[in-house]
Amino acid sequence: MYIFILKRILQSIPVLLAVSLFTFIMVRSAPGGPFDQDRNVPPAVIKNLNAHYHLDDPLWKQYVDYIMNLLHGDFGPSFKFQSHNVNDLILAGFPPTLELAFYATLFALVVGLTAGITASLKPNSLQDYVPMSSAMLGICLPSFVLGPLLLLIFGSWLQWLPVAGWGQIPGDKILPSITLGASYAAYIARISRGGMLEVLSQDYIRTARAKGLSPIRIVFVHALRGGITPVISFLGPAIAGLLAGSFVVETIFQIPGLGRFYVQAAFNRDYTMIMGCTIFFAFVIIVFNLLSDIILVYLNPKLRQQVSRGH
Amino acid sequence: MKFFIKILLPTLVILTTLSSCEGKRKTLVEIGDEKQILHVGNGDEISSVDPHTTSGMPEYHVILSLYEGLVSKNTKTLAIEPGVAESWDISEDGLVYTFHIRENARWSNGDKLVANDFVQSWLRGLMPALANEYASSMYVVKNGQNINEGKADPKDFGAVALDDQTLQITLNAPTPYFLQLLDHHSTYPVHIPTIKKFGKLDERGTKWTRPENFVGNGAFVLSEWTPNKYLSVKKSPTYWDAKSVRLNEVRYYPINKYTTEERMFRSGQLHATYYLPREKLAVYKNANNPVLRSYPNFATYFYRFNVTVKPLDDVRVRKALAYSIDRKRIVEFVTKFGQIPAYTLTPPDENGYVANAKMPYDVELAKKLLAEAGYPNGLGFPKLTVAFNANDEHQHIAEAVQQMWKDNLGIDIALASTEWKVYLDNEKQLNYQIDRASWIGDYLDPNTFLEMFVTNNGNNRTGFSDARYDELIAKAALESNQEKRFAYFQEAEQILADSAPILPFYTYIWNRLIATSVKGWDDNVQDYYPFKNMYLENQ
Repeated sequence: MYIFILKRILQSIPVLLAVSLFTFIMVRSAPGGPFDQDRNVPPAVIKNLNAHYHLDDPLWKQYVDYIMNLLHGDFGPSFKFQSHNVNDLILAGFPPTLELAFYATLFALVVGLTAGITASLKPNSLQDYVPMSSAMLGICLPSFVLGPLLLLIFGSWLQWLPVAGWGQIPGDKILPSITLGASYAAYIARISRGGMLEVLSQDYIRTARAKGLSPIRIVFVHALRGGITPVISFLGPAIAGLLAGSFVVETIFQIPGLGRFYVQAAFNRDYTMIMGCTIFFAFVIIVFNLLSDIILVYLNPKLRQQVSRGH
Repeated sequence: MKFFIKILLPTLVILTTLSSCEGKRKTLVEIGDEKQILHVGNGDEISSVDPHTTSGMPEYHVILSLYEGLVSKNTKTLAIEPGVAESWDISEDGLVYTFHIRENARWSNGDKLVANDFVQSWLRGLMPALANEYASSMYVVKNGQNINEGKADPKDFGAVALDDQTLQITLNAPTPYFLQLLDHHSTYPVHIPTIKKFGKLDERGTKWTRPENFVGNGAFVLSEWTPNKYLSVKKSPTYWDAKSVRLNEVRYYPINKYTTEERMFRSGQLHATYYLPREKLAVYKNANNPVLRSYPNFATYFYRFNVTVKPLDDVRVRKALAYSIDRKRIVEFVTKFGQIPAYTLTPPDENGYVANAKMPYDVELAKKLLAEAGYPNGLGFPKLTVAFNANDEHQHIAEAVQQMWKDNLGIDIALASTEWKVYLDNEKQLNYQIDRASWIGDYLDPNTFLEMFVTNNGNNRTGFSDARYDELIAKAALESNQEKRFAYFQEAEQILADSAPILPFYTYIWNRLIATSVKGWDDNVQDYYPFKNMYLENQ
């Protein structure tokens, strides 16, 4: 098991390097620079700015210097937000994004699993159709539609919840978490329904039924473990997606998360900030994929055997 | 299904009942009104609070709270008023200004603010390695430009502290708008010892701008700053006029989505918005809602013509294009934001300059000019492209223009929407035919607009060049008589209208929402709203 984890960590190093190189090339080939503005900045000022940020060095040297600094844990200064460096901004922006993703995942799991399991117990009945068609709706409704819709109902009409902010007014974390988690809840509902249906038709479940075990015991003790395996493998990339894709929700609800910094950085041509965020998100995605693989191996005896045999 | 009927439905009913029974929670605005804490939208996240390395409007609004220049402005009339300097004398030739600094002017750490602080601050702003984008605002001071270009010794600078209370400034030429410049944030003083404590004097982005380290001389002092969340400033007890500052705190929220901002205002999370979504204007206007504030801005929306490419190198073609646009229809039916049609570059200002030159709206004349240029009824006219940065409003205006040129002149135009930095890059390299532009005046003087179209000016970006025009702007810079200066500007404006390197559309209108509890927020063309004289009062 440890060898499996170590191997995966070693594999991630070239991946991160490739990501950084591709990002560097793409960012630098985009027209316009970080100091271009509406009004003219004198050429002498641009020259001094380029010198200050070492943008006048040859490109290969800039890349090598960047990677060397990165090895020391330094993501460099932000070109746009002078008062902060990229490390500060990632440290400031990541916790809200992580928290938002956590609540969204929680919401997605609770709602998704409840709906999925409920549906799988009586397939092709009303108990199946209602949650599954709501799930379809959830998948189809993008967050930039759902968010304002929830805001209109719960923020403006009913006035139950705040319309924006993060950790400022009690309850301001509810709507963004639901908005971000809704489509994932829908996916989880459909995946867990499929998983459960497959498991429930297997021989050992029939044996359990024949032995006269209670339906609750059959579902929660015997079927669930196998039934949610597809959900776990979905969860790794899903959490990574939640983290990297929270930009829309962060903008609608005015949340100071990393997603907003990331998108702003691209528009500002804030080279170091784009690089920093991309590498950081790549790292996070790798970590979550690894975690979900480890959990999968732990849950699935067949995989566990393969891993211990060195496959 | 049973689950829904048995559990979900009762839960919803209970929640609804409970929430309607519960007493209404106080909003941030209501709490703010009681505690004198003002919550304002501020557009974008700011890049820094260093007045020498920032240039945007959001930065300016924060800096206005944290620092004070030698002079300040009346928020109603924009007339110059005393700031850190309680008075000043101007020599007869208009070249030497002597400022008398207030005895009780203090930095936020308690240090006395003296005349030399200004000299040192300005010299810092001129240090080449600092790359101050607004260093040129000090070019009017003797040797300012040379020092910035590394050609003169800082000891030869035209600003000298005669003693702690007296600052003498020698200018290159009489500059009637010099006092206006002194309210620009790039001329504000910075606390040199604090900057030195955290790095080199000409180093950008050191930690002196953090709340825990910051020292300023304004009515407020930096207290908290979480990027993309909010920045908070608190009343400074050491400010010379602290007794008349009534707000205890101002929180600036960086909200670049105006619909979110408007929603926050409606639900009591903001006292004032930075802007207003266009589609919301009618709602507030029709209801005669007193929270809506609309006022003209010292800013013009226009198109640039690249005069170096065919057929735009022909003045008749440019005129034909400019004369065939019905600006009234554009502001009434397209932009619908209350803008004022503009027929020339410089908008009217509070100092009394109103341009006489006017581009007509005359379709027949436009047709005639186009025919003279060799394109009768638009026949054989090459397909030109109007470029603009991706934005709904620019798109709508461009579509209207496209239609007007089609209907009035019989020519086809293509539209190209590009990302902001790509658009800037193309504009700077004259890699366009017609492109969208706008300009906000830095100070209340026609020079801030007209200087732009001097040959090879960095903001010209059209290839336009006219010797007489250049001469007039240069003459105006040396002239101290306001009447004569304005006459030069009027002539220059006429040349611009006759040569049509640009096509002006409208003077901007600023629309924002301000809660009725906010007192002392005046409307003016420069969108100048320092918070030192404001307070909150709920009737």
